[in-house]
Amino acid sequence: MAHITVTVDGTSYTSEVEPRKLLVHWLREDIGRVGTVVGCDTSNCGACTVLLNGRSVKSCSVLAVQADGCQVTTIQGLSDGNEWHPVQAAFKECHGLQCGYCTPGMVMAAVDLLSENPKPSESEIREGLEGNLCRCTGYHNIVKSVSYAADLMSAGPTKGAK
Amino acid sequence: MIPVEFDYVKVTSIDQAISALKAGGEDAKIISGGQSLLPVLRLRMAEPSVLVDCGSIDEMLGVRDDGGSITIGAATTHHGVMNDPLVQEHALLLAQATATVADPAIRHRGTTGGALAHADPAGDVPAAALALNASFVIAGPGGRRTVAAKDFFLDYFTTAVGPDEILVSFSIPKCDWGSHYSKFNRTAQAWAIVGAAAVVNVQGGVIKEARIGLTNMAPTAIRASTVEAALVGASSAAQITAAAMHAADGTRATSDLHAKADYREHLARVITARAVRAASGI
Repeated sequence: MAHITVTVDGTSYTSEVEPRKLLVHWLREDIGRVGTVVGCDTSNCGACTVLLNGRSVKSCSVLAVQADGCQVTTIQGLSDGNEWHPVQAAFKECHGLQCGYCTPGMVMAAVDLLSENPKPSESEIREGLEGNLCRCTGYHNIVKSVSYAADLMSAGPTKGAK
Repeated sequence: MIPVEFDYVKVTSIDQAISALKAGGEDAKIISGGQSLLPVLRLRMAEPSVLVDCGSIDEMLGVRDDGGSITIGAATTHHGVMNDPLVQEHALLLAQATATVADPAIRHRGTTGGALAHADPAGDVPAAALALNASFVIAGPGGRRTVAAKDFFLDYFTTAVGPDEILVSFSIPKCDWGSHYSKFNRTAQAWAIVGAAAVVNVQGGVIKEARIGLTNMAPTAIRASTVEAALVGASSAAQITAAAMHAADGTRATSDLHAKADYREHLARVITARAVRAASGI
């Protein structure tokens, strides 16, 4: 067993883990952050995307032991009290989801994209989200949501109420 | 799926890494970003005794200017490589090829040195490394040695890096020629069915020299030497297209569910022409 300390959504957690434990399984099973879901388990779908030290990663493709000492942000750490994160508000406003299973990963990938490129074009949004699959094929509204989120974020700190 | 049990050791120096590999025996594996290894582990296609995590060795991180060349630490992420100002200025082809690897989240974790050492014939960066005349620094129990790109890729998933050795860094002679990586695949984040990486020296509208690496046309990335020779003196699109007709010469393309060998040969000719035209501006 390995001893790890990871800060998740602002809270520090210390655990004993088997080295083979995937980060997504640790998040869900050991500390109860079940907002992050397992989709394909093959590194393809991106449903399990979280931020690791501020950059998007697929948490099925990182060992929990490799996250020792790191900061993890999940979908559950985005909102600020009663205020949605602008990307969450935009997905709600533009109906950027159908069944919703890919949404936690889509939102986290979009947050990462907008942190690097605050005003992406439509093609840049599609390229930026190419690691995230929506089996409902609802990509059109997802792209609109990310574009709208960029507008919200450039307009200032105003966020949508939950 | 859940990988088999293994031990894990995080090392902070090359010497520690070599010791840990020796202690772990023949089933010890190196991990850094793990973006190629973890899918394999999840499918239980590998059962390592120990993973030696080399992702935190300072010497293996970042890009430095060595005068006539740049040196890239093997554990630098794809995202770090493709956005590095030195790579953008002196080895643009590598940035262009790296930008097509998988997707952004994978590129945040996966390392360019790892992809080179993994040597997947469908991987994008080996062809660029060949075209850029990269050289590789390999460390092992006997010390360090430098291997040229033409001697580095040996076979499917096999390089000059021995089981008790580690790729420390790779260097690229500064290259200000025009460059382009052209990749044919069917869907987002898919592997290349065929890829062509080209650097072209154009003077006065005439190609003086070209170097081209091909992805997925043989058990390893390979140079399109016949095309390179045929391009010298070319100054028109038609001449480039004619030279690129040799792109499948000497290749050993395979058939799989994505494409038959003869279709890969056709693709090699077409996208080699596209890569050279984009790189040369002709």
